[in-house]
Amino acid sequence: MNLEKVIFAFFIVLALTLNFGFFLGDIDNPVHHNVYELYAAIVVSLIATVLKFGDRSHIGAVLLATSLVADLQLIAAALVWGIVENMTETGMTPHAMAAIISLSGGAVLANVTSVVLLVTETVMVRR
Amino acid sequence: MPNIVFVLLRRLHSPLIVLILVYAISILGFTLIPGVDDQGRPWRMDFFHAFYFVSFMGTTIGFGEIPYPFTDAQRLWATVSIYATVVAWLYGIGALLSALQDPGFRRLLTEQAFRRAVHRIRDPFYLVCGYGDTGSMLVRALTDAGFNAVVVELRQERVDALELEDLRTFVPALCADAAEPDNLLKAGLHKPNCIGVVALTNNDAVNLQVAITSNLLNPEIATIARAETREVEANIASFGTNHIINPFDTFAGRLALALHSPGTYLLYEWLTSVPNEPLKAPIYPPHGKWILCGYGRFGKAVHQRLREENIEVTIIESRPQATGAPPDTVVGWGTEAETLLQAGVQDAVGIVAGTDNDANNLSILMTAHDLNSNLFRVARQNSRSNDAIFQAADVDLIMRRGSIIAHKIFALIQTPLLETFLHLARRQDNDWANRLNSRIYGVVEDRAPVTWEVDITEADSPALAARVREAGDLRLEHVCRDPRDRDHLLPCVPLLCERHNEDILLPDDDFRLQIGDRLLFCGHPAARGMMEWVRGNASVLNYVVTGEEHPAGYLWRLMTGHRNAPGSARA
Repeated sequence: MNLEKVIFAFFIVLALTLNFGFFLGDIDNPVHHNVYELYAAIVVSLIATVLKFGDRSHIGAVLLATSLVADLQLIAAALVWGIVENMTETGMTPHAMAAIISLSGGAVLANVTSVVLLVTETVMVRR
Repeated sequence: MPNIVFVLLRRLHSPLIVLILVYAISILGFTLIPGVDDQGRPWRMDFFHAFYFVSFMGTTIGFGEIPYPFTDAQRLWATVSIYATVVAWLYGIGALLSALQDPGFRRLLTEQAFRRAVHRIRDPFYLVCGYGDTGSMLVRALTDAGFNAVVVELRQERVDALELEDLRTFVPALCADAAEPDNLLKAGLHKPNCIGVVALTNNDAVNLQVAITSNLLNPEIATIARAETREVEANIASFGTNHIINPFDTFAGRLALALHSPGTYLLYEWLTSVPNEPLKAPIYPPHGKWILCGYGRFGKAVHQRLREENIEVTIIESRPQATGAPPDTVVGWGTEAETLLQAGVQDAVGIVAGTDNDANNLSILMTAHDLNSNLFRVARQNSRSNDAIFQAADVDLIMRRGSIIAHKIFALIQTPLLETFLHLARRQDNDWANRLNSRIYGVVEDRAPVTWEVDITEADSPALAARVREAGDLRLEHVCRDPRDRDHLLPCVPLLCERHNEDILLPDDDFRLQIGDRLLFCGHPAARGMMEWVRGNASVLNYVVTGEEHPAGYLWRLMTGHRNAPGSARA
């Protein structure tokens, strides 16, 4: 067992689970979506990205790309949230919430790809 | 290039993760700790404000407590966060700087810069392996002549020396072992505009390896290798390397040439000099008894050539057994009067100091001079850094290994026909060479002559080729006339014409040119430029052939009745 692999897989899977947890619920209902969960998803996703730096294999490059996509989607979602809460008169609206959740839904897809790649690689190694 | 970014990022794994975690915890803390707003109501910072506050706090900009003054609990957390973020930043920046200064990483950076520089070279270039005395002279001569060069050199201090050199074109240099094919590929061996590989390292095995590599990976290009022993020379020759240069053999051959025909020797020296060198004076080594100090690779080569000239040679060698010196060798260094007297310095006419130690060589010559001031003295100079003392010693002939190889290679690269010419010149007698020398001396003033080739082909000399094809009246004297005033001749001497494998030595003025002729000229640098004009411009050529200036424009031709193109106008 390799500790590096454990940490690596842990963060990749955690990024997906947190992201999915945030995504779960009615798309336009703010009560179903916790801001701390989004925050945790972003932080874990960033850490997963940094862990993927420096792997020069092809699969490493694709993993890094999926992570960067997830980061981008989640940060966009957080930006929308911050702008809607602080810089508009209306505060949070169902429309804005739907936008945030659909952005995080895109990130879920990217994270799923990451996990699928991780599993594929693990199965291929057979050790 | 992406490699560099990835290597850097991999080295910064932990500082980046630490930074993210510290920021994450600090931000989270501020969103959880309750505060009060300006009216005293309970208030909690949201993520937007927390991120803003931690960002300016972490970078120690510090705008104060916003949007509302903090409670004590918030201040406590801010204190913890300040220390944590500052430490995380210091750690991150420190790791970045040490990663950038890491020797391995720097090597990677310089290698990338080298690859880019090689990639940017669009013109034909030579790949020079080894930047020692020889390499530096050759690279200077090549760049002065307008060629590009790329250098692969093992020693970092030589690469640094190249960077400090003031060369006309930028010469990329890689500090690496030329014996590894990978390094030669990095230096552009496989590129279509690499026209030659020159192996000049001071290790014969490496030169052999370079020659093999370039023969296998890019068989099209010219390979020139230096070899200092006969075995390696034969080995390199066995797989078709174009030229192999043995500096000791070359010098010994020149010394023998100077002994039996000084004129031919001078011709060799002049024609193989590099641009802007002063013209060398003739030397006349005397016939008689010679003393040879040192019987190494150099001594053996000189000994053999002198014996071939039927010259009596006495050898002085400190280790006769190890070097396989002849039985009548005088044992000693040659630096002390006793050994020299024993070798018969008083009735000798010449001495060759050929050991591999420059100080010993000078000492031999100075001692010998004290004993017999009429000696013709030949010194072997091993290191270019001793130039000054060898100049001051006022020796008759200095054998500089680097300069011999560099001159020979430069001549080969610059004008391939020159080798054919020099080969033919050796078969002529000394008077022939003297007559040619005085002709050359008449045109070049005090600088070394340059040599150049003119091919009567569309690609090389369009005007000449068109004239030969259409009128067929082009003679050699036309090419040599001054395009500014046809009554004057350009300061140049035609040396050779190569026509269908037939070589015509010193063709005369009435020589009729044909398509496919390759001419070799030598002369003043200015003559070459003037000749370019005649070669490429049909109107100028027409003037030097006929003395008439034809209008070049269509309208003027129509008005003056010259309907033919200037190239086909008949005299």
